[in-house]
Amino acid sequence: MPNSPSETPRPPDAPRRIKVQRRGPLLVEGPVEVELEDGTTVSSDRFRVALCTCRRSRRYPWCDTSHRARSSGPGDGPAAEN
Amino acid sequence: MPTARGPLSEAVGAHLLGTGPLPSPEAVAAAPVYGDDLQLALYQCYELHYRGFAGVRPDLEWDPGLLGVRAGLERRFLSALRADTPVHDSVADAVGALLVEPVHGEGVSHFLRDEGEWWQLREYAAQRSLYHLKEADPHAWVLPRLWGRAKAAMAAVEFDEYGGGRADRVHARLFADLMTDLDLDAAYGAHLDAASAECLATVNMMSLFGLHRSLRGALVGHFAAVEITSSPGSRRLAEAMRRTGAGPAAEHFYDEHVEADAVHEQIVRHEVIDGLLEQEPHLAADVVFGIDATGYLEERLGTRLLADWRAGRSSLRTPLPATHRVREEIPHTS
Repeated sequence: MPNSPSETPRPPDAPRRIKVQRRGPLLVEGPVEVELEDGTTVSSDRFRVALCTCRRSRRYPWCDTSHRARSSGPGDGPAAEN
Repeated sequence: MPTARGPLSEAVGAHLLGTGPLPSPEAVAAAPVYGDDLQLALYQCYELHYRGFAGVRPDLEWDPGLLGVRAGLERRFLSALRADTPVHDSVADAVGALLVEPVHGEGVSHFLRDEGEWWQLREYAAQRSLYHLKEADPHAWVLPRLWGRAKAAMAAVEFDEYGGGRADRVHARLFADLMTDLDLDAAYGAHLDAASAECLATVNMMSLFGLHRSLRGALVGHFAAVEITSSPGSRRLAEAMRRTGAGPAAEHFYDEHVEADAVHEQIVRHEVIDGLLEQEPHLAADVVFGIDATGYLEERLGTRLLADWRAGRSSLRTPLPATHRVREEIPHTS
C-alpha cells in the first residue's frame, strides 16, 4: 500500500512547519530554543514540541494542557499516567 | 514465578516449570473474570512475550497448549470488557470527554496530591511498576499493524517513550529511578505478588490489545486515552512527590510526563487516530472501545485503591519491606 502524495517527505531545506490550533498549543518540530521575555532561553530536543499559547501553563513556554475546558464534575481522567 | 492465587495460576505456573498439567477449559470457564486467579494466569501467559520468568524455558512463549489456554482466558476477559464497558457513540465524543478537566477531581492522583501519605505513594508506585517498568512495550506491538501517517506518528511517540535513543532517559528507566527514591525494589517483576487483581487487569488489557492485530483499533484507542489523561494526572503526582519530599527522580518522572504527554496527546489524536481511521474507517468502534475500556479498568483500580486507603488498609497483597528512609523532616499536611 503506497503512501499518498501528501505524505511525501518535505525536502530538508523546506520551511519549518508549525501547526497552529484555535484551542491548543503551537506544534513545532524539535529541537527548539525559545527566548523568553526576560532574555533567557530554554531548549527542548524532543522530536515535536508543544508551545503554550493560552499563557496558563505552569511550565511555560511548554504546554501542560492547562488550556483544557474545565467541568464541575468529579473524576481523575481514566488512564494510567504514561 | 509469582505465587499462585488459585487453581488457574497454580496450573499455568506448574506448566511453565514443567511440574504439572495446564488448567482445563472447565476451570478457565469457572473462574471469576476480574479475579486474582484468572488475571494472574493471563499475566503469566503474557509475561513470556516480555521478559519471561526465571527458570522458565523461553520457547514456551509459543507452546501450543499454553497458547490454547491463553486464548480461553482472553476470550473470557475480552467478552467481559465488551459487555461491561459503557462506550461513547463516536471517537469524537470519547476523545472529547477526556479533554475536559474536572475542577474538583476525586481520583487517585487528586487524593495523592492533596493528602497522600508516604506509604500510599510507595504502594501506588509498586502497583504501577508492573506497567511502568515495561512502559511503552505493549504499544510497540501495534507498529507493524499500522501504515503511513499513523505508523510514523506512533513510532515517533514510542521513540520519545524510549528516551529518544538515550538509555538514561527511557521512561522505564526514569520510573526505576523514582522507585529508588521511594526506597522500593526497582527490579523488574519485584512487585508482581503484591499487585492487586485490578492492577493486573489494566496491564493485561494492554497486552491483549497489543498482541492481537485484530484489536489494533482498540490498542490505538487505549494509547490515546493514556496519553490524553496523563499530563494533568502527572502534574498532580509530581505535586504529591514534591509535597512529600520524595526526591528529585520521583519528581522528574512525573514532570517529564507533564511535558512529554502534552505533546504525545496532540500527535496521537491528530496523527495516529486520524491517520488510522483515514485508512481503516471501520475501526472507529474499536478505537472507542479501547478508549472507554481503559477508563473502565482504571476506574475499577482507582476505586479499589481509594477504598483501601481511606479505610487505612494496604492496597497490596503482600506488605512492602519497611523503608529505611527517615521521613521525620517531611511536614504533614491536612
